[in-house]
This record gives sequence, C-alpha cells and structure tokens, in this order.
Amino acid sequence: MPAPKAFATAILLSLLAAAVPAKAQTPLPPEGIQIGLSTDNVSITAGFSGADLTIFGSLENPDPLVARQGRYDVIVVLEGPPRPVVVRRKDRVLGVWVNLDSETFENVPMSYSVATTRPLQDITEPNSYKQLSLGASNLYMQPADAGDSPATIEEFTAALRDRKSATGLYSENVGGVQFLSQNLFRATVRLAPNVPVGTHKARAFLFKSGLFIKESSAQLEIRKSGFEQSIFRVAHDYSFLYGVFAISLAMITGWLGRLVFRKD
Amino acid sequence: MGIYLPIAEISVNVFVLLAMGAAVGFLSGMFGVGGGFLITPLLIFYNIPPAIAVATGANQVIASSFSGVLSHMKRGTLDFKLGGVLLAGGIVGSTGGIYVFAFLRRLGQLDLFISLLYVVLLGTVGGLMLVESVNALRATRSGAAPALKKSGQHNWIHRLPLKMRFRASKLFVSVIPVLGLGAGIGFLSSIMGVGGGFIMVPALIYLLKVPTNVVIGTSLFQIIFTSAYTTLVHATTNQTVDVVLAFLLMAGGVAGAQYGAKAGQRLRGEQLRALLALLVLAVAIRLAIDLFVTPPNLYSLSGADLN
Repeated sequence: MPAPKAFATAILLSLLAAAVPAKAQTPLPPEGIQIGLSTDNVSITAGFSGADLTIFGSLENPDPLVARQGRYDVIVVLEGPPRPVVVRRKDRVLGVWVNLDSETFENVPMSYSVATTRPLQDITEPNSYKQLSLGASNLYMQPADAGDSPATIEEFTAALRDRKSATGLYSENVGGVQFLSQNLFRATVRLAPNVPVGTHKARAFLFKSGLFIKESSAQLEIRKSGFEQSIFRVAHDYSFLYGVFAISLAMITGWLGRLVFRKD
Repeated sequence: MGIYLPIAEISVNVFVLLAMGAAVGFLSGMFGVGGGFLITPLLIFYNIPPAIAVATGANQVIASSFSGVLSHMKRGTLDFKLGGVLLAGGIVGSTGGIYVFAFLRRLGQLDLFISLLYVVLLGTVGGLMLVESVNALRATRSGAAPALKKSGQHNWIHRLPLKMRFRASKLFVSVIPVLGLGAGIGFLSSIMGVGGGFIMVPALIYLLKVPTNVVIGTSLFQIIFTSAYTTLVHATTNQTVDVVLAFLLMAGGVAGAQYGAKAGQRLRGEQLRALLALLVLAVAIRLAIDLFVTPPNLYSLSGADLN
C-alpha cells in the first residue's frame, strides 16, 4: 500500500517544511508576562485588619509543552514605599535594658509581600535571586553609615528583616500564585493590618525551568480613608489648630463634667 | 467595642479606656490630684506608644484640672498672682522639656527616660508619703496629738532676694523659688505628661509655706495652663496628641472624679495619703520591673529623619 505511506510522508515533509523555515526566519516570539490591577488605588479604613490583594496576570506566548510540564514559575511581589529605618538593639547597662547600638538603613521597603507558585528554593538558584534582588532575604539594605563593620551591618540587617516578618510587613505566600489556564494566573499577596500608606509597586517575575525570563510591574496607591484618617491628616497638616481644638475639647469636657456630675 | 486611635494607630477597647479614665478620675477626685501620673503609665501598660501616652496624658489633665479650678474659683481658694508667676516659670520649663523630649526621641532613649523619671519620682514621692502617713496613723492610734506646724519658722528659701507679695496666700517671698518650681513642673509636664500636682502641692506647702486652702486651687490653675501649653507644643512639634484617646479618658475621668471626691470625704486624711502612697509605689514598682526584665525582642525599629 504505497499510496497511504506516501501521503503520510508528504504530510510529515510538509510539516517539517513549515516548521524549519519558521524557526530560522522568525523564531518563536519570546515569552512575556503582564499583570493587571483592577484599581490603581486601594482605600483602607481605620478598622483595617489586613486583607489579601489579588493580582491577575498573563503569560504571553507561553510554550504549551513547558506550560503543561509546569516549568513556568511566577513570583509576584508587592513592595511598599521605601523609607529610612533605624534598628536599635537593647543591652543591659547596670541591669537596665537600654537601647545602645543602632544602625540606620536608607530606602528600606516598608512592606514586602511575596507570592510564589512554589517554594522559592525550588524555583531558581539563590544567586539569581540575589542578582534580581528578589525575596525579603535578598533585598539589599543600604546602611546610611557604610563605615560600620560588616558583621554589625549584617546583624542589624537580619534583625530588620526579622522584625518586619514578625509584624507581618514582610510576608511570603508560597502557592499564592496559581495558574488558572496556560496563560492566566492569579496572585494573592497579603496586606498586613499595619500596611504603610503610599505608592506600592507590584512586580511579577517569570521563570522558565529555573531561568529568569521577564519582569513586569504596575503601581498601586494605598491610602487610608474615613473619620480617623481625617483626624490624622488634620493633626499633621494643621497641627496648631489641632492643638487648640484638643485644649478646647478638654476644657469643655471638664466644664460639662462638672455641670452633669456635680456633687458639691 | 473596638475603636481605632488615629494618632496612636492601634485598635483599643472603648470600655477599657472609659473605665481607665473613670478609675483614675475617681482616685484623682478622692486624693485631689490631677491623675496624669497614673494615666500615662496605665496607657503605656496598655501598649500605647510612650510618646503618645505622654502628650495625650497632658491633654487629659486639662479637663480634670479645669473642672477642679471652677469649684475653687467659686470658693475663692485660688491665688491668681502666685499662679501667674508659677505659670511664667512653667512655660519656660515646658519649652525646654519639649526640646529634650524631641531630642531623646531621635536618640531612641525617650521610652527609657520616661520610665526612669517615673520610677524615680513616683518611688520618691510615694515612699515619702507612705512614711509620713504611717507615722501620722501611728501617732493618732497612740493618742498623741499631731505635731503642730511651726508656721513662724523660715527656711533658706525665704532669705532669697527679689521678694514679691502674694496677698491671697498671705505670703512675702522671693520669686526665684516660685519661678524655679514652676519651671520644674513645666519640664516634668512635657516629658511625663503629668500636671505635676503631686509634686507642686507638697512643694507649695512645705517649701513656700503657702496656706493649705489655696494650694490645690492655685496648683490646678497653673496646671491647666502648663498642660495646655504642653499639649499645644506636642501637637505642633511631635504630632503625638490623640484627641480620640484623650476624649475617652476625659469622659470617664470627669465622671469618676465627682464620685471620688465624695468618697474621699468619708476617709481620714492619713488613711487617704497612705492609700495614695501605696498606689503610687505600686505604679513605680511595675514600671521598674519592666526596666529590668529581659524584653522579648532586643531589636526595635523606628523611622529615621535623614534629611
């Protein structure tokens, strides 16, 4: 039966013919990653007790084979605004615990929430995390006084990360990124109850079989709203009037209290 | 019921704060003190940051002092001139205190300094009061008449220059110790968030020999202005006055104070002073323990001003 065989060969050839030149002329478009936020600002009220923020994203031109084998990994980071931070260490002086040594760091992200498809150590090498400065333990904390001994700086950097993790400001959500389809993924990052207000940066990193491919980012404004926030703003923007108000409130309360509860 | 404090930036229970205010108000009405020296440590025990506890404590003191001054004005037991001179000193002391406060905050030593001041002052005042009141209690029990005050006796303070006459207090005394006393109280007010009545009252009686009946009214009068000034300066330089917190404490406080004053009339002076002394000592001991116990975290973070 030569005819069917020839037919099959022809198909194979034509497939090859289609594939080979395509690879040579226009290589497979590179994979990319995009994330989208449903809103570019989030208002949290006074009673905010922490929440999960969902970020959707998609892979561009994923290789179906790689995707099926689950060799794409995504890490999403929500990084809070950078501020200078002082880390202080208490030591005993004559039995009393006193803040003695301190180290100031510049541009420390106030918060740093990570969501990943798998545990960080399974995605790629520690070195590439370092190069990307990705993950709370790889963030470079720049000391304000570079003249301090490396051991001291290391100790205070570790304490800084530890305190931030303890208060939930630096968090890691393993499995927080899930693929909904070959292209679409959903990342859940945690917002701590004391999440700082300001401009947060959401960044997504795409890895393919342990290799970093691409990064994409978006900005998110977190602000507080409500009555308490108005008080906070007045206290900072109109501090003199606020002080006068506080004093008047005290006097009126004192006077009213005497009227209402007078016993003499 | 939880409420979020806008400046302290933490959630607290409304009823705990109202009860705290009422309890301190009751005691302050009973003993005739402002209660700032109890409010501030209590707030610190309740995890309010010390800087906010101090500034808000000063704000709360205004309410209870104002309420008290109104009754003293009515009774005429208030020496405005003496209060005015004390106040002049108070403003100077308070201004200095605010600078020291901001400086210590930058150094990261504010919390320690506040605790140490409280331990030393409350320990001393409480200890002295306890000894004095126990002696008085013993004396009355053994039937001996209480020692009469030697009113004619003058001490070194009365030999200082720049004398001034205070008619309502029947006093002719140098302004130097009066200004100095005012300044000292002003300093404490801005650093500790207290009115300073617990130091002012004995100082006026024992050092300046001001007649007891005008002492409390005059002391309260000057405390209103010193703590109002302290509140204003804390509000403008440190933004640490929390009106929501202050209001809850005041509301509980003014109610408690009136009942406390009534209860106080049923107890004898020495018993009252002994009780107050024990209370003051208890607060001092509690604060002292915190200084010596190993903290759960040796490291702490705070914002820095690099500019």
